[in-house]
Amino acid sequence: MSGTSSLFSPEAGAALSTKGLTRVWGAFVANSDIDFALPTGARHALIGPNGAGKTTFINMLTGVLAPSSGQVFIGGEEVTGLSQEKRVAKGVARTFQINNLFPGLTVLESVLLAILERKGEGDRWFRPLRAYKPEIEEAMELIRDLGLEAQAGEETQRLAYGKQRLVEIALALATRPRILLLDEPAAGVPAGESAEVFSVIARLPREVSILFIEHDMDLVRRFSERITVLVAGKILTEGAPEEIMSDPRVREVYLGEGHD
Amino acid sequence: MTLHEPIAIGRLASPRPRLAEILLWLTPAVAYFLFPDNLALGVSIMTYAVAVLALDLALGYAGIVSLGHAAFFGIGAYTAGLLTIHGWREPLTGLLIAGAVSLCAGFLGSLLVVRGKDLTRLMVTLGLGLVVFELANRMSGITGGVDGLSGIDVAPLFGVFEFDLYGRTAWWYSYAVLFGVFVFLRVVLASPFGLSLRGIREGGKRMPALGASVESRLRVAFTLSAGLAGISGGLLAQTTQFVGVDSLSVPLAAEFLVMLVLGGTGRLYGALAGTALFLIARERLADLNPVYWEFWMGVLLMAVVLFLRGGLVGALARLWARLRPASEGGAR
Repeated sequence: MSGTSSLFSPEAGAALSTKGLTRVWGAFVANSDIDFALPTGARHALIGPNGAGKTTFINMLTGVLAPSSGQVFIGGEEVTGLSQEKRVAKGVARTFQINNLFPGLTVLESVLLAILERKGEGDRWFRPLRAYKPEIEEAMELIRDLGLEAQAGEETQRLAYGKQRLVEIALALATRPRILLLDEPAAGVPAGESAEVFSVIARLPREVSILFIEHDMDLVRRFSERITVLVAGKILTEGAPEEIMSDPRVREVYLGEGHD
Repeated sequence: MTLHEPIAIGRLASPRPRLAEILLWLTPAVAYFLFPDNLALGVSIMTYAVAVLALDLALGYAGIVSLGHAAFFGIGAYTAGLLTIHGWREPLTGLLIAGAVSLCAGFLGSLLVVRGKDLTRLMVTLGLGLVVFELANRMSGITGGVDGLSGIDVAPLFGVFEFDLYGRTAWWYSYAVLFGVFVFLRVVLASPFGLSLRGIREGGKRMPALGASVESRLRVAFTLSAGLAGISGGLLAQTTQFVGVDSLSVPLAAEFLVMLVLGGTGRLYGALAGTALFLIARERLADLNPVYWEFWMGVLLMAVVLFLRGGLVGALARLWARLRPASEGGAR
């Protein structure tokens, strides 16, 4: 049984790792002393009941939230004090549990914006967008990959919810991440379409290390190779899917709360 | 592959003019020949339109609501006026210097403005407006205080065209400046920078997750906007040959805001239409009743905000889209 230390020492070899990561709000401890390592190429699920602190954890990994104590490392380099933008430049991208898009921009504009920011072109004043042929081509390729081609010219706000979730992913992928953090990528997507969202993720190349939060155990079983269980801000256990699924402590946590 | 890609690309902002736009830019010239006795109104519309365009960059694109733009407008006006009075009478360089001074003031202002959220920003711009107004008021030795600056005698444009009493030179001059500013903005807004501003307006919280620094982008937009407002103020000083302290006042800044909202934010043409609508309506309403014209202006403002989403130009664009639904996405 794992659940104690992993195969990877926190800093070396891991794409992303944390040491003693803690976040408190007054007396409420959202994350407590989390040691975690995401190996390169991982397909890693982060599960746990509502309020376990999963999104808080991701927010600290991406720099949205400063930890109360502890450290975050990207590829062995400490990034605890770095802003969100700087971590993006180091290859960390994320999606949001609740859509965080550009409602009035078209899908192409949104993805193109992400690509141009990645290339540091966002400060250019005088070159018309249409002159960025390779970037437009790259954006369209990504859009086609995600099956959004028919919507490329539509304002994002006019897309069906499931399609908007795909735009969430497209924006994250457009930053060409080495580490992708997905916060319930299929949240709110009709049951039949959530597998489609995950099949997109499953097709990503192995250079991209993926950590995703997901409530649907069936999806977790199908798409993760390793699972970390977070309960009340602490890591309860970590291991391969079959170990986790048969772990009585995990079953107890999940049976104890009427999960959806 | 399919049609989707060209349609999507066709919707990217482009600086290229469409035929309708070229025709639209000819209408002022038609007005020039149709109403040769009322050139002053045209000059004033085109002059203020530059400031309202500047405000559109800040508000309509970058999403910064500003009640301080009269400060930059007024700084430009005083700069242009003072230059002339102290012997620098050449108009074009005077105008550029006016813009440059406002640009610097705008940069300093931007350091304060981009912090905080909407209401904070609004209050900071309001505070800036009040501070600059009272400074000008107090420094009456330089600014003329409540009496304003008069005796602004601008040298002929290109050394040839006198600023005549009928306002012919002033008309063409302001037309050219307005057009230049419009083209500049059109180019800037069709660039990655312009797209990033719209990105910040539409989803400012997502921008850092794409690696963009929102604050620095907003600082640039606000600074640029202030500089253009200064050009507008300089234009006012040069074409009316007078600068009053009310050119720095917060009520004027509020009028800029009203003009922009009437026309519609975030589409440049809204700034032009709104300025024209406001100033023409004001002239007509003041003819009817010189004291209570603001009553009707208030009614007009509420009517537009409540019933014409996207202002005058927004409503026209929707009407246009409805009239030609045949081709998919005929709006553009």
